[in-house]
Amino acid sequence: MAHIELKHVTKRFGATTALRNLDLEIADGEFFVLLGETGAGKTTTLRLIAGLEKPTEGQILIDGADVSDWGPAERDVALVLQQYSLYPRYTVRENLEFPLKAKIRHVEPEEITNQVARAAKILRIEHLLDRKTDRLSGGEMQRVSIGRAIVRKPRVFLMDEPLSALDAKLREALRTELKNLQMTLGATFLFVTHDQIEAMSMGDKIGVLDRGRLVQTGTPYEIYNNPRNTFVARSVGSPPMNLLDGRLVEGRAVVAPKRFELPLNGQAGAVSEGRPLVFGIRPEDLTVETGAPVEATVHDVENHGVEKILTLRAGDAMLHATVSARTHVAVDETVRFAWNPEKVVLFDGASGLSLRHGG
Amino acid sequence: MTDVERNRVVTTVALERLDPRSRAAARGWSDLTIRNMFIIPTIVFLIVFNIFPLLYSLGYSFTDFRASVSAPANFVGLDNYQRLLSDPNIWRNFTVTAKYVIVSVGGQMIVGFGVALLLNRSFPFKGFVTTLLLLPMMMSMAVVGLFWKLLYDPSWGIINYALGLGRFDWLSNPDMALYAVAITDIWMWSPFVMLLSLAGLSAVPKHLYEAAAIDRASNWYTFTHITLPLVSPLLLIALIFRTMEAFKSFDLPFIMSGQPTTEVVAIRLYKMAFQEWQTGLSCALAYIMLIVVIAITNIYVKYLNRVKER
Repeated sequence: MAHIELKHVTKRFGATTALRNLDLEIADGEFFVLLGETGAGKTTTLRLIAGLEKPTEGQILIDGADVSDWGPAERDVALVLQQYSLYPRYTVRENLEFPLKAKIRHVEPEEITNQVARAAKILRIEHLLDRKTDRLSGGEMQRVSIGRAIVRKPRVFLMDEPLSALDAKLREALRTELKNLQMTLGATFLFVTHDQIEAMSMGDKIGVLDRGRLVQTGTPYEIYNNPRNTFVARSVGSPPMNLLDGRLVEGRAVVAPKRFELPLNGQAGAVSEGRPLVFGIRPEDLTVETGAPVEATVHDVENHGVEKILTLRAGDAMLHATVSARTHVAVDETVRFAWNPEKVVLFDGASGLSLRHGG
Repeated sequence: MTDVERNRVVTTVALERLDPRSRAAARGWSDLTIRNMFIIPTIVFLIVFNIFPLLYSLGYSFTDFRASVSAPANFVGLDNYQRLLSDPNIWRNFTVTAKYVIVSVGGQMIVGFGVALLLNRSFPFKGFVTTLLLLPMMMSMAVVGLFWKLLYDPSWGIINYALGLGRFDWLSNPDMALYAVAITDIWMWSPFVMLLSLAGLSAVPKHLYEAAAIDRASNWYTFTHITLPLVSPLLLIALIFRTMEAFKSFDLPFIMSGQPTTEVVAIRLYKMAFQEWQTGLSCALAYIMLIVVIAITNIYVKYLNRVKER
């Protein structure tokens, strides 16, 4: 198990810069999730740690040792890719044995059998051991490739969107399994995904990447409730945080251009009047009730069983609100809503940075 | 649903939407007409130039027909086959051929695959170098034979000069001649094996090598467990083609050497048919050759299918 640190890492491919001055620290035994859109540099970060790419600038430390010049074999990592990368023409058993047999260090045959049996049991693929890999379903293949990672005890597990090619049900099941696995093994995991639900549900810590820059690192709670900027606010949560352009007038939020006003509980603090701001509010912190201050029309109703997600139109602004499934509303109905003033996050109108983070 | 399945569904749906009659009507021809326009010339060609001579010569192989004499052919049953199979000289021709096939095809496989492994990385002028290496394959057999004869010349050939062998006899030396011809054949046809190997090598997914590197596999282990199994079907196809060609090779041994030790079956056949004018007998020999080639190819194909299934 290992502690991983990236210091000022920059990676360029020709003219394009995949990563800019990245600083990242993953504690021993932590489940760290890198969240970002396609092209944000998630996979590059992973490949740099695995040793499949060399950083253009900066250092990579595993347990305090600079591994920049080490090859993948010396770094002793396990990598699970989205495209499974199982060895074709071999059975599941042979695939699982591969990392042990191919190891530079000699492993006793008995030990190999034990390790393969253990991995197969954890991943519930014992009945598949003698099957050829091309006769497996997607979920089974992904289990085998995870199995290939856990037969040996690598210092860190690197996973590149391992679940995104699977169907929803299986993805949910494997999500739980992976998390359990990490806790059983007590291993350091670096998990890369573009799916914020995966990130929120699995990660001990989340790092949000935006175009090669690490925007924020924190626990899922911090990321969700205290996003560092509007990008993070938009990245997590389903539906994402409502972001409303506006200004502060006499301690109240005034949302432009079709103005409506809402109270702020002293959050304004040192913020000067009239400064352009973005007000961020989570859908669940909006309440729809009679007598609330702002009028809005119901634009859309999405029923999710336990709750309903309403799209409201207030002036020119569209807002999502999560309400109880028992609330009866119809499209085009006029409702009134309020927000929980405690929960409003203020962002600077120009830079998008949260004022709580000292913007 | 995987991507492949989804694509298949989409394609099927798209195809169903197109009414075949309307497509054909737009062209003015029915699909059947167009299909026939492509197929019929090929079938006619095959029948006139391949199937008819094949069957006609099968008939001749049971007669004592001589193309040089205007006497009618007499049916002699299996006499021709019996005569050929009990002739020690024919057996010697087959032994020579076998030796030639093994040496030259073996050499081509090793050299061709080796060069392909060297080329399977990026370096400056890769395309140019590959094209240069393919040149021997594009030359005429007869020209190659004549040139190599000059290169092998004991007194002023460049090979002896380069290797410092003095006046070493290549082609007029009965023990050496077959190998000398085989070396020329290797030079000429290794590029073919190289080309197929390159295609195979570049089709090996890169992420498998990365996975192997992560799994701490040695280079040799990676080569034997990933590269070879994945390239082997194409290597086998190269092997089939080269064996068939080498088995019936005629030009190089005929042009380069007149030694009895280089008299492969095809040369014997040529002499039998066009110097001794034993047309019936030579047809029988041609058939024996055909059967041997088909047998060898079948063994390969069976093995190929097994490799592919694995």
